[in-house]
Amino acid sequence: MSPTTVAPPPRLELDPRVVRKARTLARRLGRPVVDIARSHTTVSVERATLRLAGLAGADHERVPWVNHLVDAVRDQVGLEHGVTTPVWDALRRDEAPDLLTLAQKASAGSVSFRIPEKKGELSGARRAARAAVRPGLQRIDRQRAARDRLVGRLGDPPQRPWVYLIVATGDIYEDIPQAQAAAREGADVIAVIRSTGQSLLDYVPEGATREGFAGTYATQENFRLMRAALDDVSKELGRYVRLTNYASGLCMPEIATLAGLERLDMMLNDSMYGILFRDINPVRTFVDQRFSRQIHARAGIIINTGEDNYLTTADAVEAAHTVTVSQLMNEYFGREAGLEDWQLGLGHAFEINPDLPDSFRMELAHALLARQLFPDAPLKWMPPTKHMTGDIFKGYLLDGFFNLVGAMTGQSILLVGMMTEAVVTPFLSDRDLALQNVRYVQRAAGGLTEDFHPPRDGFIQTRARQVLSEAVELLEKITDEKVAKASGSTPLLEAIGDGTFGLMKRPKDQGKGLDGVARRADGYDNPATTMLEEGTR
Amino acid sequence: MSEQPTVVRPYGDMTGDGMVQVSFTLPVPHDKRAEGAALQLAGKMGLSPALLVHAKAMGPSHTFFVVYGSVTHLVDLSAVQVVERDFPLLSAKDVNTTIKKRLRRPLVVVGACIGTDAHTVGIDAILNIKGFAGEKGLEYYSEIHVVNLGAQVLVPDLVERAREENADAVLVSQVVTQRDAHIHNTTQMSAAFREAYPAGTVPLLIAGGPRFEEGTAAALGVDRIFGKGTTPSEVASYLVHALTGDQPRGARQTERTSA
Repeated sequence: MSPTTVAPPPRLELDPRVVRKARTLARRLGRPVVDIARSHTTVSVERATLRLAGLAGADHERVPWVNHLVDAVRDQVGLEHGVTTPVWDALRRDEAPDLLTLAQKASAGSVSFRIPEKKGELSGARRAARAAVRPGLQRIDRQRAARDRLVGRLGDPPQRPWVYLIVATGDIYEDIPQAQAAAREGADVIAVIRSTGQSLLDYVPEGATREGFAGTYATQENFRLMRAALDDVSKELGRYVRLTNYASGLCMPEIATLAGLERLDMMLNDSMYGILFRDINPVRTFVDQRFSRQIHARAGIIINTGEDNYLTTADAVEAAHTVTVSQLMNEYFGREAGLEDWQLGLGHAFEINPDLPDSFRMELAHALLARQLFPDAPLKWMPPTKHMTGDIFKGYLLDGFFNLVGAMTGQSILLVGMMTEAVVTPFLSDRDLALQNVRYVQRAAGGLTEDFHPPRDGFIQTRARQVLSEAVELLEKITDEKVAKASGSTPLLEAIGDGTFGLMKRPKDQGKGLDGVARRADGYDNPATTMLEEGTR
Repeated sequence: MSEQPTVVRPYGDMTGDGMVQVSFTLPVPHDKRAEGAALQLAGKMGLSPALLVHAKAMGPSHTFFVVYGSVTHLVDLSAVQVVERDFPLLSAKDVNTTIKKRLRRPLVVVGACIGTDAHTVGIDAILNIKGFAGEKGLEYYSEIHVVNLGAQVLVPDLVERAREENADAVLVSQVVTQRDAHIHNTTQMSAAFREAYPAGTVPLLIAGGPRFEEGTAAALGVDRIFGKGTTPSEVASYLVHALTGDQPRGARQTERTSA
């Protein structure tokens, strides 16, 4: 049994044929995108592979050695064969005694790379690369086993949903005591918010960092420090406290890799967020996403998807079905990359305008729909942000209703809402009040899943069916319209290009990070990808 | 209106009672002394009498308090001074309708980080749909067409692109301030635009960054400076004010050159 299975929620009586159809359409839309992901590589996929082989650190200007080495290889022989073959070929030709020295020499322009032509040299370089990358995957495996051991010894949180709290000071050494305090106050999952704009950096910063804008940089050292601190507090509390960070952005594959190496437990990883909200090139995103999710799958990391973002830009009633569509796509892409259902932390949020009549009933319908469509997924339930006005008293009530929906519909992970949302970073007392709110609702109404059965064809059942059918209609519309255009087209990319999602038009030949994408040549080799797909230990 | 008193006190449930409610945390373990400390602070804040209605430990070393009380301070309405923003803050909907009504076409904004500055944090916070401080960026506005050129854009490229796109406004972000780079870059940019465009047709030039001084727009040759903490809706509202306002473009131009 997976660690995140939840009690059965109340039934909605959805038509199983419609549900099947939704999944079939999602698969039909997703498959051509997966083909693109499988036939391309990116600078970040290649850098992640070098990180698995143990290349770490940065030069005096804090440019990581993986960036130097990948750039040098790309300039000389291109990315299309993968960097590992030319890199380990150079090492076999004694261009440098080890990987780090090679990267340093390459950054000074004093290494010449080539794609070996002789069969023996080619297979020798590939074998060497595979042998060098494997220990990185083995370390990820050991970290997964360590997590299983710790969860076995210390245990999971006694209640459901798990309580997810955010820490964000910008300084890892301030984050640590705050995170430990939050865990002592009842947080089951600690999320360290990243510095604003890190998703647009085409490198991963190095070392322990003490300055960030509205968040703390995701670095390997910061990951290590925070995980160690939470291990301490887990032992003290007798329950395993999970750690979350963010993979989304230009460095998804690398950050996912670092998270696996340092035993993070959950990662924000959405299939379309970077494209729609950060204007990252769609092809870059899908290639990076697939690799990063393969790593998450291997590492036993639960992904968190970002459907809440749709509702902060569009209306939560009108656009409710776009959340369902995105969840279906995230499920398809996630499973395709090897994630199991217990690793799919699909997201949704309490963002309906509270001034609307029946807003609470609609929230219940939407939350139940997600629960029932994805019964084995650890759904992440996210609090109101758009209608938090600065009236903290009203906001506190709204958070209470949000918590109640979470309890009544069997949500798995609950991001704790703060009444200071959109006002200030929460005070110590605000966090305590927020946790009191969560605990009161869980204590008072946690068992309501047992009694709460929306009546047949009542408001809630009808609304849920309506949202599902709108989702199917949207999926159908994308499939039909775009397929008609040209054979061999990618309907999902076309739809993203013409603004079907989140109001933003993101053509596949535009956006940030496009220059870091390369079509794989026939001889492309990447031992990490190969081993991830084989499941090699 | 003339009968309204110029001196008022807070209103709890009757005129003149001065009642307020405050909450705060002191870094003290919860005990009798902590409660005394809270009342002492309330007294210094002008609450007399002060009523401590709630005290609760926040962990081992902090205590949270809720205090009600009557403040001894008076508010003199005749002495209230406010600095008004010189343009109204509009909702996204109002921004869109105003542009639709007055321009009858999307408003075009070209944004970039110029010079060697690679910090797109600022420009992305204003332009990306993700936005900043809970507000969506300019991309979110259906009537604003955003072209975000990203980091390290050369000034000639920026001018060229602004012309290609028929930009109504150009947004430039400058975070790095080493050796006053932000000032040099901005003046260079505004000079280039004046050179490239016939007088009176230069797009609205806006510079943003945490280290620009208020009131230096004229010296930098730009129409407006936005500082730290500026949100997308402020920029959108300003764009609407400056580009669809009642005053003709020429008037704005003269204003700037004469300043």
